[in-house]
Amino acid sequence: MKVLVCISNVPDTTTKITFNDDNKSLNINGVQFIINPYDEIALTRALELTEAQGGTVTVLHVGDSSTEPTLRKALAIGAHDAVRIDALPRDAFFVAMQISAYAKEQNYDLILTGRESIDYNGAQVSSMLAELLDLPSVNIVKSLQIEGGQASLEREIEGGKEVISCPLPLVASATEGMAEPRIPNMRGIMSARTKPLTVVPAVEVPVYQHIERLEKPAPRSSVKLVDATETVKLVGLLHQEAKVI
Amino acid sequence: MPQDRFQGHDYYLMDELLTEEHRLVRDSVREWVKRDISPIIEDYAQRAEFPTQIIDGLAGIGAFGPYIPAEYGGGGMDQITYGLIMQEIERGDSGVRSTASVQSSLVMYPIYTYGSEEQRRKFLPKLASGEWMGCFGLTEPNHGSNPSGMLTHYTDDGDHVILNGSKMWISNAPFAQLAVVWAKDPEGVIRGIIVERDMPGFSTPETHNKWSLRASATGELVFDNVRVPKANILPNVKGLKGPLGCLNSARYGIAWGAIGAAMDCYDTALRYSQERIQFGRPIGGFQLQQKKLAEMITEITKAQLLTWRLGVLKNENRATPAQISMAKRNNVNMALQIAREARQILGGMGITGEYPIMRHMMNLESVITYEGTHDIHLLITGMDVTGFNAFT
Repeated sequence: MKVLVCISNVPDTTTKITFNDDNKSLNINGVQFIINPYDEIALTRALELTEAQGGTVTVLHVGDSSTEPTLRKALAIGAHDAVRIDALPRDAFFVAMQISAYAKEQNYDLILTGRESIDYNGAQVSSMLAELLDLPSVNIVKSLQIEGGQASLEREIEGGKEVISCPLPLVASATEGMAEPRIPNMRGIMSARTKPLTVVPAVEVPVYQHIERLEKPAPRSSVKLVDATETVKLVGLLHQEAKVI
Repeated sequence: MPQDRFQGHDYYLMDELLTEEHRLVRDSVREWVKRDISPIIEDYAQRAEFPTQIIDGLAGIGAFGPYIPAEYGGGGMDQITYGLIMQEIERGDSGVRSTASVQSSLVMYPIYTYGSEEQRRKFLPKLASGEWMGCFGLTEPNHGSNPSGMLTHYTDDGDHVILNGSKMWISNAPFAQLAVVWAKDPEGVIRGIIVERDMPGFSTPETHNKWSLRASATGELVFDNVRVPKANILPNVKGLKGPLGCLNSARYGIAWGAIGAAMDCYDTALRYSQERIQFGRPIGGFQLQQKKLAEMITEITKAQLLTWRLGVLKNENRATPAQISMAKRNNVNMALQIAREARQILGGMGITGEYPIMRHMMNLESVITYEGTHDIHLLITGMDVTGFNAFT
C-alpha cells in the first residue's frame, strides 16, 4: 500500500500570537513550529497500517526550506521518504493544487491529512484535494481500517457515529482517536539522517483570495461579582453589558 | 501532580547554536518526559521506588549511551546531544537522570573505552537496549573523596580472581545485572572489573530512608570471595585515571542535567508568580519576586552558555577535567539555589508534591555531593589555577 500523508508546519500550541505591522501575516520571530497535531495522528495511522500490511508512507509539505525540520521529524517518527514542495503556502486552494499536481502522478492508494491545521483552521485542503484528484473524500475520521482494498471509516456525528465503507484510493482527514501520536526515538532520529527528502518546484496557481487583516480576539474582561441578593442588578448586567439575554 | 506545562527557556536564543538534530532529540526527550515521567514521578518519589517500567522508554529515547558508536548499540551522537538528553531527563527528575548517567557514563563508557573488543560486543548492545542495567562501584564506606585509599581488592586464582570488599552509595545497584567495580589487584594497582549479578558471593543490599533521589534505587555492593573470570577485567586502563575518566563523562552530563532541574523550578515559579494573586494583583508584579526570577533566568542563561561551550570542547576532545569540574560545580549549585528561591515564591504550596520544586531541591542535595563534592570541585579548580595541591 502506498500512502501519502500531508503535513502542515504550525506554531506550537503555547505560542503567544502576534502579527506583523501590516496585520496581514503572523510574526514568526521566536515562534517554535511543530507538525500540525492532526497531521501527526494521520501519520501515525499510516505507519500502523503499513507496518501491519506492508507498504510505504511518504510525507509531503508545502513550504520553504525553513520548514524542513518538520519533515525531518516526520521521517524520524517513521515515514519512509519526504517531499517538500518549494513554496510558501498562500491559502488552502494553493496548497491543494500543489499537492494534487504532485500526487496525480504517484498513484497513492490512500491520502491522509489532518482534519484542519491548528493555525488558520481552514479545514479545506482535504476536500479540495479529493476533488482535484477526482477521489472519494471522507472528513474528520476517528477510525480507519483497511482490508482488501476497501476502507472502513468511522466519523462522529451528532448523537452517534457514522460508519462508512469506501474503496481505495481515497482521501481522508484524521481527528483524535484514529491513532496515538508517536514520539521519535533515537533509532528513528538516526535513520532519518539518510532518508530521502525531495524538493519539488511549485506549480503556478491563480490568486483568488487575499488576507485583508488579522485580528486577535478581544481580551477577556475581569470577572464581576454580584451579591446573591442583587438579582435585578445581575439581570441588568447580563442584558445591557454582556448582552446575553 | 497537575499537568506538566513546562516550556523551555532560551533567553539568549541558544537554540541557534544547536543543530536541527540536537533540537529534534531535545524536543523528543522533552515530549517523552512529559508523557512518561511527569505524571508518575511524584508518586514514585513519595513511595521511594524506582519506576522500572520506564527503562524501555529511556533506552528508546537514546538515554543509554547516546555517544557510543551505533555498531555497539549506541546512538553515535555527539556530546551536546548527550548533554541535552541529560538536561531534559533531569528536568523530569534527577533520580531518573542518575540512572541514565550511570548506565551511559559509568558503565557503557568504561566498557567502550577501557574494555576489550569481546567485552564491548558482549555487554554494550544489551546495556544500550536496557535489557541489562549496570552500576558503578568506586565509593566505599571509608573512602569517598579519597578513592585511592580503597580497600576492595582481588587475589589471583588461575583464570579467575577472588574479589573482596564493599562499595556504597551505588545508584542502580538493587536491580543492576552487572557492576563495573574498581578494585586493587595483588600489586595494589586500581583496575576495573565487571561483576555479574549471578556470581556467588555478590550481593546488593538496598539503601533505605533517603530524603533525596527517592525515585532512584541506591544500594551497596558487597563482595564476599566473589570468583570473577579474568576475562571480565578491563584490559586497557590501570590506576585511578580509569574511574576518573568515567567521572569526567558523568560530571559533564550532570552539568547539563542541573540546568534541566533549574529550568523546571524557574518555569514553575514564573508561572505561579503570574497566576497567584495577593493584594489584588499577581505576585510577579512585586519587586522582591521579580528579583528572584530575574536572577534565576540570568544564572540559567549563564549556565547554558558555559555548558554549550563545554560541549563544543568535549566534541573536539579538548575539554579538560578541570573545566568539567567547574561546570558541574557551578551548575549544580546554581540549580540548588534556584530551587530554594523558587520554593519561596510558591510559599506553602512549594513544599507540597503538587509542584516539583521541593523534590528537585532534595534531589540536588545528592547531586551537589556525588561525582565529586562541591568542595572537592573547588579544590580541582584551585589546583588548576595555582598549581598547588590542597587536597591533602
